[in-house]
Amino acid sequence: MPNAESTPEILYDQQLESTLASVDASEEIAKSLASQLGYDEEETYHIGYAVREAVVNAVVHGNLYSADKRVRLLIERASPWLQVTVEDEGQGFEESRQADPLADENLLSQSGRGILIIRAFMDEVAIGRSASGGTRILMRKSLPPPA
Amino acid sequence: MSLKLTTRQVGDVTVVDSAGRITLGEGSSAFRDTIKGLVNQGQKKILVNLGEVTYIDSSGIGELVSGYTTVSNAGGKLKLLNLTKRVHDLLQITKLYTVFEVFDDEAKALASF
Repeated sequence: MPNAESTPEILYDQQLESTLASVDASEEIAKSLASQLGYDEEETYHIGYAVREAVVNAVVHGNLYSADKRVRLLIERASPWLQVTVEDEGQGFEESRQADPLADENLLSQSGRGILIIRAFMDEVAIGRSASGGTRILMRKSLPPPA
Repeated sequence: MSLKLTTRQVGDVTVVDSAGRITLGEGSSAFRDTIKGLVNQGQKKILVNLGEVTYIDSSGIGELVSGYTTVSNAGGKLKLLNLTKRVHDLLQITKLYTVFEVFDDEAKALASF
């Protein structure tokens, strides 16, 4: 069973403030862990980018920068995946209601491309609800082969 | 590295040399302010040199698009120069390669206006 998943090993689990400083910190944490796990430079960039976009969405669109709300960033090794979960305490997000950023009429929109890029950079992405009713995004990327 | 923007005039084209990261916050707002400032000064031919830009997040991409729209609505043109592979890939993913005129050679870019 090459795809059998083992019990996840928590590499990072924190409740972050809804600030841009948390966005920068999340990107750096994700890149650092990815590098330690043996991802190459480009894959590490992709993981850091996806985490940054997910935390931006949580801080800006989910929690609306509220000082009373937190963003959970959970990073796990769940072989064969690196698994990242980002949860906010907002009102939730319905991806199906979002305008298609690749439609010709939306190409000049200023926003709405974050999820598209996350999906391009990660292997699996699932968007749902957190326990609080906010948004949970789960992102997976295949772990690099052992050195 | 935060975003550093320098403008220079080459004939009737304003070149905006950009270096660093264009991300949500200071980077994207600095870029927006620079483009709007140039348009308000009557500049209608703007070439954005992204050769030293190491990172653009989706907010930064949004500012590129917003700048393009701002300049176009004023009757001008905004074009891009010297994309790194990463920025090139982002424009491919977002289909914005179909929107922007992109150049690798400054002389050709300047001549295209």
